[in-house]
Amino acid sequence: MKVIDFFKAKPRLWRRFLGVCAFAGFSLILALGARAAVFNPKTFTLNNGLKVVVIENHRMPVVRQMLFYRVGSADDPPGKSGLAHYLEHLMFKGTKTTKPNEFSKIVARNGGRDNAFTSSDATGYYQTVARDRLELVMRMEADRMANLVVDPKEAAPELKVVVEERRSRTDNRPAAQLEEQMAAALFLIYPYRIPIIGWKHELEKLTLADAMGFYRKYYAPNNAVLVVTGDITIDQVRPLAVKYYGPIPRGPKITRRSNLMEPPQRAARRVVLRSKRVREPRWYRDYVAPSRGQGHGRLADALEVLDVILGTGATSRLYRALVIEKKLALSVGSYYDADMLGPTSFGIYARPKQGVTWEVLEAAIEAELAKLLDHGVTEAEVKAAKKRLLAGAIFARDSLRRGASAIGTALTTGQTINDVENWPDQIKKVTPGEILKAAQEVFRVERSVTGLLLPAEEAGAAAKKRAAKADGSHKGEGK
Amino acid sequence: MIAIVERAMNVRLGVLVLCSVILLALPAQAMRIKVVTSPKGITGWLIESPTVPLFSLSFTFRGGGAALDPAGKEGLADFISSLLDEGAGSLDAQAFQAKLENNSIRMRFSAGADYFSGSIRALTEYQSLAGDLLHMALTQPRFDAEPVARIRAQYLSSVRRRVERPGYSARRAWKRAIFKDHAYGRDLDGTKASFKAIVVGDLKKFVATRFARDKLIVAAVGDISETEFGQMMDRAFGDLPAHGATKTLPEAKISGAGKVIVTERDIPQSVAVFGHGGIKRDHPDYYAATMVNYVLGGGGLTSRLATEIREKRGLAYSVYSRLVTMKHAGLITGRVATANARIAESIALIREQWAKIAKFGITAEELRDTKSYLTGSFFTRLNSTRRVAGLLVSIQLHGMGIDYLERRNQLINAVSLDDVRRVARQLFKPEDLTFSIVGRPKGVKPRP
Repeated sequence: MKVIDFFKAKPRLWRRFLGVCAFAGFSLILALGARAAVFNPKTFTLNNGLKVVVIENHRMPVVRQMLFYRVGSADDPPGKSGLAHYLEHLMFKGTKTTKPNEFSKIVARNGGRDNAFTSSDATGYYQTVARDRLELVMRMEADRMANLVVDPKEAAPELKVVVEERRSRTDNRPAAQLEEQMAAALFLIYPYRIPIIGWKHELEKLTLADAMGFYRKYYAPNNAVLVVTGDITIDQVRPLAVKYYGPIPRGPKITRRSNLMEPPQRAARRVVLRSKRVREPRWYRDYVAPSRGQGHGRLADALEVLDVILGTGATSRLYRALVIEKKLALSVGSYYDADMLGPTSFGIYARPKQGVTWEVLEAAIEAELAKLLDHGVTEAEVKAAKKRLLAGAIFARDSLRRGASAIGTALTTGQTINDVENWPDQIKKVTPGEILKAAQEVFRVERSVTGLLLPAEEAGAAAKKRAAKADGSHKGEGK
Repeated sequence: MIAIVERAMNVRLGVLVLCSVILLALPAQAMRIKVVTSPKGITGWLIESPTVPLFSLSFTFRGGGAALDPAGKEGLADFISSLLDEGAGSLDAQAFQAKLENNSIRMRFSAGADYFSGSIRALTEYQSLAGDLLHMALTQPRFDAEPVARIRAQYLSSVRRRVERPGYSARRAWKRAIFKDHAYGRDLDGTKASFKAIVVGDLKKFVATRFARDKLIVAAVGDISETEFGQMMDRAFGDLPAHGATKTLPEAKISGAGKVIVTERDIPQSVAVFGHGGIKRDHPDYYAATMVNYVLGGGGLTSRLATEIREKRGLAYSVYSRLVTMKHAGLITGRVATANARIAESIALIREQWAKIAKFGITAEELRDTKSYLTGSFFTRLNSTRRVAGLLVSIQLHGMGIDYLERRNQLINAVSLDDVRRVARQLFKPEDLTFSIVGRPKGVKPRP
């Protein structure tokens, strides 16, 4: 990957999509066009509560089925972090009629590709196949919604796989460890503070019974959204949905985390991770921010525009000030994801230039935020940012997965299809005044955590500090 | 927070090179390729697809890759790829970036080992502007002091940082063992010394000698007509010099056979890179080799390596093997990451499966399923204009012919069980496996 792109691109990419095959962004960047409509989805709901959405795209004779369950890692039971994700793995371990590990093999030999993911708010399963194999994957997906059967002899090694996954993603990577600790500090109560992969000591103790209990509670048609996109029409999908998903009985009614509220946040937090594996320091700050799932659509729209103005790309405020003009940072940017069910975060990240201390870097970033809070944003900035966001929507139509992902994400984070389709119109309405108000709401340091990733202290420096403390001396710590 | 954890890291089967993925019967219309020659005589391939008002243009310069960077100036090609959009013609760095960002023109450059490539994706209405900006970037990059210093600092930071990644270190050590003195074994992404040594003169020379019409391959897909494509090619490439540098590299001799290199590092999980020599893209056994590899370690979670190492024993989240085809070398290589205490077990299983496939090949059923996957899945990946444009460039680059997409299925299906058995035996050599491990691998003895 190009250095320059890495520095300009959104930073915590690994947190949004891991691996090569991934969703490029859940931000609802949508179409610029004569109509407000974006993907033109069509929808119906089965008697058992399964919502089905069809997005037509006839460029290639290919279809993509995506089944989203309205359950994610933030729904892991207390003490059992990692369960939603572990279950996702176990969903490939067989049903009454399919042998363990056969699911992907069958898809592959039918010329298809498949994968799955777990996020904080949803768990998704998807396949991309030639259009004449849609019936096959619908049958198989419906089968495991209703008939999962997992042999303990399969469940045990799969737990080990998940532990290795945690080692790869987190234990082997100091930056990931820091981000995990930051999330736990950012939210006092809300379960976004729990890592999706699970804390190691809880993950290792998960049982098959835990997973099956979770499955029976959450994996039901009334708690799921089926999105089918590609060279297909709603009239072709409907009979297949009725035939394969229709017979599955409704599950228990789920009320999602409705009683979970963050208490007032009154103290700025700082999390520092030192490791001898770190060569280059990094600075992060996350502020708690309102999300669309919480019903703060207007604020979210304003924050999305602000995200572009403040920290997306080389002409953004932070990049220009910190990298070009003041030459304090190698890279800097911002990050905001509106599409969460609970409170989300507005993040800023930076790498200091060699020789620049993090204190100086932080002060400079805070100066930029202060400027923003004092003077707001200009009409010109807002206009340019909106143009970019709206153009992104056309680009989103260049592949099958973007539309399906956007719809699936919306419907699993408390939003509606209309929210997706009306997004361009909503963005167009955002005013500089609204952006300023949103910034004033969000950029309160007492509602934030600042993270520092630093190399290990040199042995000499650490020893000097200890010596200075031991003899009660307050004379400098030695340089 | 929103973060997503995926079940399987999809390994792109040889994505850097025109890959092993193969094609099912495509509707002629969806993939109808037109050969377009511009008024100035530049030829490119085009697929018109007006459904969405955007287009992608993809191009490659032969002989512009990182392996040709002068000794002591490693990373030059990469450095160039980051500087072309940092000021060109009358636009300084910020002005150029503003033109790109404000009009949502996505322009990217990249330096592979053998080729220098680039792409544009933009809304239809910005065809002219995109062509102009590309022209400026390729022929009049400014290399002003500020952006050069800024980007250099970013690269130096990247050099310091990349050793944080055990996989990077493992692969670096592996490549040095495999390629020894050949250019492919160098730090093609540069070193501290090389980035400090590169001067503006080097940058200007690169642009003057490596971007030339006789080296250019180009393709476009999307909402762009033949006439518009011709105009764009002339706009972007029309006044490149006719001829570029003709320096080339020798064929690589593959070394390292049987080595086990251990780089000790205090991390909980060891990362192992492994493999040996392979074949090149134009080898007649390429498809057969792809199929053997698919069964062994290319088929995501359905491969033998994944079955033995991940599914049955939970030793790894990701384990794979793949063919890497380069201009002067072919490789078969893979990677696995397992806790320190058990990595030896993963390595033993890799050796065992390698030996098994070399000796017994694959079954008729596996061959059938593999063909079915390779033919059927190909166009499921071609779901963006950028990917299709990249594919068209690849087909031209490897001289596969304009009817390649139609012939592909037949090429796959023509491979026989005898072919794959022979190729497995000839190509997959367990005794030649070179391992490079980073971590604290318990029970793994280095073999220098």
